[in-house]
Formats: sequence, structure tokens, C-alpha cells
Amino acid sequence: MKYFRSHVLVSVDPDCVKRGALEILDALQDELVSQGLIDEVQVLETSRIGDITEAPDMMVYPEAIHYVGLTPDDVPFIVEEHFLKGRIATKFTAPTRVFTDEELSAPTAKEVRVVLRNCGKIDPENIEDYIAEDGYMALAKVLTEMSPEQVIEHIMTSGLRGRGGAGFLTAQKWKFCRATQDWPKYVICNADEGDPGAFMNRRVLEGDPHSVIEGMIIAAYAIGSNQGYIYCRAEYPIAVHTLKIAIQQARDLGFLGADILGTGFSFDLEVRMGAGAFVCGEETALMASIEGKRGEPRPRPPFPAVKGLWNKPSNVNNVETYANVPQIIFNGAEWFASMGTENARGTKTFALAGDGKHTGLIEVPLGITLRDVIFDVGMGIKDDKAFKAVQIGGPAGGFLSTQHLDYPIDYESLRSAGAMMGSGGLVVMDDETCMVDMARFFMEFTQDESCGKCTPCRVGTLRILEILQRICNGEGKPGDIETLETLSSEIKATSLCGLGQGAPNPVITSLMYFRDEYEAHINEKRCPAKVCRALISYEIQKDFCTGCTVCARNCPTNAISGERRQTHLIDPDTCVRCGICMQVCNFNAIVIR
Amino acid sequence: MTVEIKSEQNIEQAVSDAIERHGNQREELIPILTDVNRTLGFLPAEALEKIGARLRVPRSQLFSVASFYQMLSTKPRGTHVIKFCESAPCHVVGGRQVWEALQESLQLKNGETSQDGKWTLETVSCLGVCAVGPVIVIDDDIYGNLDPKQISEILARYE
Repeated sequence: MKYFRSHVLVSVDPDCVKRGALEILDALQDELVSQGLIDEVQVLETSRIGDITEAPDMMVYPEAIHYVGLTPDDVPFIVEEHFLKGRIATKFTAPTRVFTDEELSAPTAKEVRVVLRNCGKIDPENIEDYIAEDGYMALAKVLTEMSPEQVIEHIMTSGLRGRGGAGFLTAQKWKFCRATQDWPKYVICNADEGDPGAFMNRRVLEGDPHSVIEGMIIAAYAIGSNQGYIYCRAEYPIAVHTLKIAIQQARDLGFLGADILGTGFSFDLEVRMGAGAFVCGEETALMASIEGKRGEPRPRPPFPAVKGLWNKPSNVNNVETYANVPQIIFNGAEWFASMGTENARGTKTFALAGDGKHTGLIEVPLGITLRDVIFDVGMGIKDDKAFKAVQIGGPAGGFLSTQHLDYPIDYESLRSAGAMMGSGGLVVMDDETCMVDMARFFMEFTQDESCGKCTPCRVGTLRILEILQRICNGEGKPGDIETLETLSSEIKATSLCGLGQGAPNPVITSLMYFRDEYEAHINEKRCPAKVCRALISYEIQKDFCTGCTVCARNCPTNAISGERRQTHLIDPDTCVRCGICMQVCNFNAIVIR
Repeated sequence: MTVEIKSEQNIEQAVSDAIERHGNQREELIPILTDVNRTLGFLPAEALEKIGARLRVPRSQLFSVASFYQMLSTKPRGTHVIKFCESAPCHVVGGRQVWEALQESLQLKNGETSQDGKWTLETVSCLGVCAVGPVIVIDDDIYGNLDPKQISEILARYE
């Protein structure tokens, strides 16, 4: 193995690339070559290291110095100072802050990194980095010391439940598949992470792909399979690229292929890419897509454990589930079971998005309250606005309101409130969000993604969408709420797969917790959050308007009239409610009514 | 540039390359279609016919697959394809205004291609870069933290 005295990790996830990480990488390479240091300093590409606002950034090991906010012009200086002269270029190091007592107990203290432990720390394109972090130790233990039954028993003791949404006991799934008398059997990893706002799996695949591969090999040993597939969505080209490199490296070192570690057990893996269809995240649709067909779901039973890919027994788990497996074996089932709650063991990754101060990935023990996640780990709401709602579980999940803030995040509590764990998207919304508009928005998504195979989902979601559109346009009628409720319960009861069964959840939960907003839209023709255009009007406040004419000159429809230095007026009939006048006014004279 | 008429040779080449790369098994259909779509910009009827003949798959099945997936197109597309992320996290942070600005400056609606064949405007589901929403992708370039005012400047880069 080649020896380097320093390792530089540059974050090249899509967000950082957007902010110029590749230019930093090029500048770094060039400068190291011209300074003659290229054989001493290794440059590695990795996923996110710090906060996105600090990007482009790089981490230098072994000193663990984090240089942030870089431009290509800064690179020569850092290279000369750090690698040539051996001095830390303090000008670019992450600022050290003085923490207050409140801050010290937060925000990361409540985070526990199990699945994400290696992300941003190791080079995902070098298997040796993973091995140095005890990688493939669990596999060696499983293959040499444990029987398949013992592996299943061990995972059962840990209490691991599926991280893809439904929360089925992982060991139970493995047991069913092992028991089926048919051959060959397939191990499938569902990496079709399609929930809007959820990108936990992307991070794991891009930052620590071997943890997923190792988990899959262990699962294959437990159920008796020799072939596996990772189905990754086409929107994640970097993840696919990293995975392919990782699989090849694992093959080269004898962790994949024939006679793994000389134990006689054989297993190989292939990456399959989708082509943009949300429904392919549903396991039966996913398998149809691997077979090269339309990704349409089929009724279950038979479950994949009995008849799956090419009608053979198959085990489908999600990325995060597999990534947990090696650590459960390595650290023990009791260690895993010590985190979380009685019925929800371990940790869960969430993607925080929306109006929170801190957006991005977090990993917390299950059972943590929504309040802790939103206000502690997520640091509260941007611009200190008020919290209104959180959407959890993706398009099939639901909206929860302030009354749920002290609910623990576990499978059953969320379900009882009408939401679900889902794969881990958490969209936080402030008080300027209209819940009817949000429900309409999610319904647009499911309507768009409905594969069209079964009628309740194909037609039912369209009917709901039409009603919601009407309500948002100020054409809501008495009786609409009741129709929405009936439609929702019928679609839920009769749809073929999880997509349709979950589709009405945003409507059901918003009706449950924000019914007054629907009523205001329908009965008073008023949008309380001032979002729905048909229900708002812009007005110029007399006391603030200086008559500067900026608004009138910028209005695209010439709806604003008034003489210079006189109060201006908006004609509501000509106004298209684009909001430009409000943006350009220097005196905050324009308000929404 | 007007929409390039795909010559018979181009199509033959694209299909052969893709099949060579993936093999002619039925299960390789989606990777093959994805490759051809990428090379030619869309899937012309002639290409589908050739793939069908080589893989021994009926045209009906081919069309059913080609029309199902969002990333495959059976209609010609523009030189530059703009994808707007329509997912909730982008919506919450001002995506609607960006979407309207896009439609306004291009005079296109969702799924349409401009007369001159330069632009195709479409929506895409979550790209997983929610931390920098609203997001659009033009060809392979990602633009995040957008506000409507930036749109004309970004589009001008593709002159």
C-alpha cells in the first residue's frame, strides 16, 4: 500500500459541486503537482463534510483541520502553508466559536451516528478505508462462526425493523425467505429513494457504500442466496458510480464472487438503474423494473419472499436497513437494542428540509420527540417564525401540528397520529404555509406518479386533486370536505399498492388537524396563510407609501396607478397577484390582505 | 438549431453500441433504452423497432416500457433540457415563483419543447439536493438556491 503523509478530503456531493468543489479539486491537484507534493499528499473525493454554507471545503488528516469557504485562488496559499511549511492556514480554518451553555447541550448532542458514522470520514472509493473502520469484520464473523439460523436469530434479538417505511421486522422477512423451498433466491436492495425531500440513502451510498454491500452479503448468507441486485434511481448518478467502484473492489479482495473468504459461500452483486418512476420504490414494481418491464406493482400475496424477482423467492430491504446489519453483528444485538424504544430499536436517519434553520441529514435514536428533532437538532424555524406543521413520511405520510410536538418518533406513535415513519423525509413548515395548498401539492405529486394500473389510485387521486384545486381557486363549495373524506377512505381501502393506499394521507391529516383552514377557504373565501392567489389581494398602505413610483413601473400588468409623491393604488381586477410590487417596494408599504 | 433529424445511420449506431454494452437479454431493456435515449436525445420509432428486433421483444411491450419511465422520451426534445424539481422541499422554499419565471421566460409549459428546438422544459421528482432548494437541472448542471431573478442570467449561459 502506498504511503501518504497527508490525506485531503474534498467534499464533492452535488450541493458542494454546485458551489465549486470541482474547481477546488483541480486547483489542489495542480498546486500539489507544481510544488512536487503529489506523492506525499493524497487527495480524496468524499461526500459532505461540513455544513453546506461552508462549502467548498476540505478536511486534512491526520491533523483533522477543516478548511472552509474556499476559492481556487486560496488553494496555492493553503498548500504552501500547510503541506510545505507545516503551518495551519488559520485564515481558512472553520471558525471556532464560543458556545453558550444552552448550545453546549445542543444541537448535535441528541444525534447518534450509526448508519452515517463513516460518511464524510472515509474515502468511499477506497475499500481499505472501510476495512480500517472494522469493515467486513462482521462478514468474516458471520461466515466463519455463525450458521444462517444464528444470524437470523441475532438480527431478531436486535429488534431491527425495516427502514424503508413499513417497519416490518427484518429478521422475520429473512426467515420467510429462507424457509421458501425454491431456488435460486435473490437479495435486493431498494435504493429507489423517491420520497421528495428524503436523501438519506443517497448519502450512505455515496459516502459509505461498503456498509450496504456487507449488509447484503450477510443477508444473502442468512437466506441462502447467491445473487443480489441494488436497484438505484437514475436521479442519483454519483451514487451509482460509487457503488460500481465499491462492488469491483469488494470482488477484487474476495468479499464478493465465488468462495468468499475461502469459506465456500458465493454471492455476487449487480447495480440496476431505474429511469425515473416513483412507484418503482414499491417492492413488486421494483422487481418488475429489474426484469426490464413497466414498473407496475402487483397484488400481494404472494409476497416477494415466496414469489419475487422472476417468480423466485426474494428478499427486499432498503439501504439503511442493510447498512445497520454489519454493525449489529459487530457490536452485538444488545448494543443495538440499547438504543431507541421498546418497539423501535436503533437509530434512524432523517432528512430535514423546508423552513427549519438547520436543513440536511441527521441521525437520531428512535423514540426522540418531534420537538427535539425540530427545535433542538434542527435549531428551530428560520427567521424565528412560528412552527406550524411538519410533514413526515413522504407523499404517503401525513401532516402533524404543534399538538404532536411531544410525540415520540417511532413506528406506532406516528401511525396512530395518521402519519408514518416512511423512509425519513421531514419537511418543516412555518406559519406562512397554507395547508390546503400543501395537500393539493402532495396530491399533484401522487396523481403524477400514479402508475395507472388500478382505478382508485388513478381516478380517485385525480378527483381529490380537482376538488383541492377548486378550493385553492376560491371555488370551494359546501360539502367538499365531506366528499374529500369519503374519497380518501375509499382510495385507502381499495388501492393496489402502498402508493395509492397512502396517497390520501396528506388530505386526511390536514383535514384532521387544520380543518379550520379548509373552512376558511370554502366558507369565507379566505386563505389564512395568504398563499392561495385567488383568495388574496395586494394593498398599498397610505401611511407608508411615498409615491416613489417604483411599484407602478415594475408592475407587469400596469395595475398600479398614482402620481409621483402621491399614494398609489392597485386595481384588483387588473392585478395578477405576482407579488413583484411587494418585492420592489423600499418602504414596506405593500401588504397582502 | 432546429431539431436534428436523426439519420438512419446514427440510430443504427446508437442501438448497436447500447446492445453491445449491455447484451441482448430482455432484462437489459431499460439500460439499453436509457443509453439510446441519452445518445439520440429521445427514442425515435425506428430505434424502438431496431431494439425490438435485436432483443426479440414485441413493439407493444417496448412502447409500454418506453412510455412508462419519466427519463425516457418518445418525442424529440430540445438541445437543452431544463428539469425543475417539483418536490415539496423546493416548493416550500419558493419553488413556485421559480417555476413561473421559467415558464414566463421560455414561453413553455411543462413537457413542451420550443419551436426552435433549443429548450425542453419539464419537471422532475426530488433530486435529493433539498438543502439548496429551489433547484433546477439544465442538461447535467445543477443550479440551487434559486430565486426568480436569476433565471434569465442562467438561461443566457446556454446561448
